[in-house]
Amino acid sequence: MTGVDDDAPRELLRVEGVVKSFPGVRALDGVSLSVRAGEVHVLLGENGAGKSTLIKMLAGAHRPDAGRILADGEEVTIRSGRDAERLGIATIHQELTLVPGLTVAENLFLGRQPRTALGLIDRRALRTRAAALLRRVRLDVPPTTPVAGLGVAQRQMVEIAKALSLDARVLIMDEPTAVLTAEETGTLFGIVRELRAEGTGIVFITHHLEEITALGDRVTVLRDGRSVAEVPASTPEDELIRLMVGRDVTDRYPRERPAEPGAPLLRVRGLTRRGAFTDVGFDVRAGEVVGLAGLVGAGRTEVARAVFGADRYDTGTVEIDGERLPPGDVRAAMRAGIGLVPEDRKGQGLVLGASLDDNLTLARLDRDTRLGLVDRRARRRAATAVADRLKVRHSGLDRAARTLSGGNQQKIVIGKWLLAGARLLILDEPTRGIDVGAKVEIYRLVNELTAAGDAVLLISSDLPEVLGMSDRVLVMAQGRLTGELPAATATQNAVMELAVRQNIQDESAMEGSHVG
Amino acid sequence: MSAEVLRTPGSTGQWFTRAVLRNGPLGGLLALIAAMTVLSRDFLNGRNLLNVGVQASVTAILAFGLTFVIVSAGIDLSVGSVAALSATVVAWAATGHGLPVWLALPLGLGTGAVAGLVSGALVAYGKLPSFIATLAMLSVARGLALVISGGSPIAFPSSLAHLGDTLAGRLPVPVLVMAAAGLLTALVLTRTPAGRAMFAIGGNEEAARLSGIDVRRRKLTVHALSGLFAAVAGVVLAARLTSAQPQAAAGYELDAIAAVVIGGASLSGGSGKASGTLVGALILAVLRNGLNLLSVSAFWQQVATGAVIAVAVLLDTLRRRATR
Repeated sequence: MTGVDDDAPRELLRVEGVVKSFPGVRALDGVSLSVRAGEVHVLLGENGAGKSTLIKMLAGAHRPDAGRILADGEEVTIRSGRDAERLGIATIHQELTLVPGLTVAENLFLGRQPRTALGLIDRRALRTRAAALLRRVRLDVPPTTPVAGLGVAQRQMVEIAKALSLDARVLIMDEPTAVLTAEETGTLFGIVRELRAEGTGIVFITHHLEEITALGDRVTVLRDGRSVAEVPASTPEDELIRLMVGRDVTDRYPRERPAEPGAPLLRVRGLTRRGAFTDVGFDVRAGEVVGLAGLVGAGRTEVARAVFGADRYDTGTVEIDGERLPPGDVRAAMRAGIGLVPEDRKGQGLVLGASLDDNLTLARLDRDTRLGLVDRRARRRAATAVADRLKVRHSGLDRAARTLSGGNQQKIVIGKWLLAGARLLILDEPTRGIDVGAKVEIYRLVNELTAAGDAVLLISSDLPEVLGMSDRVLVMAQGRLTGELPAATATQNAVMELAVRQNIQDESAMEGSHVG
Repeated sequence: MSAEVLRTPGSTGQWFTRAVLRNGPLGGLLALIAAMTVLSRDFLNGRNLLNVGVQASVTAILAFGLTFVIVSAGIDLSVGSVAALSATVVAWAATGHGLPVWLALPLGLGTGAVAGLVSGALVAYGKLPSFIATLAMLSVARGLALVISGGSPIAFPSSLAHLGDTLAGRLPVPVLVMAAAGLLTALVLTRTPAGRAMFAIGGNEEAARLSGIDVRRRKLTVHALSGLFAAVAGVVLAARLTSAQPQAAAGYELDAIAAVVIGGASLSGGSGKASGTLVGALILAVLRNGLNLLSVSAFWQQVATGAVIAVAVLLDTLRRRATR
């Protein structure tokens, strides 16, 4: 051990019984966390458990309704990012916060550039100091590279370098490995270990349990806004899952599979868009849930959007009930009965500033009219009925959509398609960022829809979810379908094998061409 | 956020408080009227108030049309020029070429709508930012007005000039036109699918598109409406001046934008209402009228107008933050 004389390492940061409510949801309901110098403290919890709210609070974006935050044993109030900085708390958010148009060096010292005697930016000092930081994170790019020219992993490294330049004593990393390859993750771990050895306290958020044993020292588990346990990182994975979910894992996916699926509803053949997906063909039958699995970037979302008409495709056909849909025509797809619940709920699914009933009736604007005028009463009736059916927790349908929690927002997006009369719902990552309760409600709704003869195409990166909720699982890799598995008997390993298959084929093809 | 609300009122008192809270700008207007009443004995009488209405009418009609554009997160800088062009076309056709008024008037209004359609097409299909497309139209329309008129005013046909008069010797026609345009705007915004689509597009264009809203067609409609309203405003203005002047209404687009924004609309789209826009236009008109009555110099009037715009929007922002 280096530099620590006491028996127990110093406690850098302590959160005690913090509570935070937003309209309609209690995001944090008694969370405690302690971060010591020279440890990697893993924050574990399902989406919606309160991790984001907690770290936003430590970054100064939210203030607790109750509870205390202590830095070096003294109670502090973190009102802004500047306060957090002063306390030595740096956060690397999932959504990176770099300015794409500026260079790496400019980003690293944004707002605190070294100055010359005349008060102008000292470009030379800027470059040399940036270069030194980049060496520390082993990022081999010139400091003058525009950030727009960097890949996601490289940007992540720039963010880490920025945190280092702030001399952060507590470094919070929100799912830093989510966008990294195995090799990049290895590099990141190396840097994190170095920082730990230097005495930095690291709060590490991850969904990959194997990373906990590889890197972590202690684990705090959050569930439904509460910290339910603090355990050593050596705790077995099964135990961690049990703590995280808080109940038996088997009832998490209440799929009731139909004995016999109906006639084909959607038929996709030879769907191709250069650079995105190639020769994709599949059917979805009435009453069926077809899962679409694969790695991020495999082209699943792109295929879904093409089927829905949100984007164009080069060749291939999309048919509903045997009728061919014109490419790139959302309205035609909607008329045929397709609805898309997009991956980016806030950016593409909702009009956040508009009311709930406006959002719910968005896909049927022309429907509730009398003499060309909107029939508000009919509209309100329809919206109320579907909000009740989906158990949307809200404080009035005239409230803005932004006031709802993630799970309830997602129900509004789904409700929009129910009101539009969709028979085939494409759900793209429908439960990302949603609490366990709302998740199960969405699963039950999927059952309800398919029991009534509708169909669902379920895109999800959550393997247990795809396997648990689908009847068949299609797997995509690098823009191609690489296989189909019956969900009831498929294993996560079998899906993963198909999800990386194309890579292997490509490599062998390349080797072949080298030889030939 | 300010979604328009039509609720069954409780007691009248309750209704009034709620209306003021929901319509912060209305409170501002009432305060301004109260101040002017105290400061000038000539302010609060029927004749002067109708006068204020007439002064507000052109700005308000322009602003109603602009409300559609701003609600859908666009902007229209060309309304002043389009107003002048449309009025010039009417006068040129009727006075210059002897066309009957019942033909000349639709021709002029059509010109405004077409100018709007052209801007709309540039925005919807050419993917130009509306700021740029309508900045171009601002110049083109003004230029065409000068070309058609040869640069000098054309007398307005006398039958149309009555639009600048009063009805039954009391009610000024411009105020009636303003009221009609306002009601139409409110109806379109709150009660038609097209209006609801405008709010959706302004709030989140991608979500609107993925919900089956034909965004491009709606943008065409929005700009065409703005052009049409500008044409109406141009005709009203020419009727009041009894001549179509190619240089008329220059800079009016800024007053109109100010009226919409004072009325509580957000320039980033998704919010706005006709009543707010009307209040915004009235605030500007009351201010000018009152300052005139108080013999404040025209130079200081500009300073005061600017200050009122800033304060009004500032207060509205604070009010929203408080009630959110």
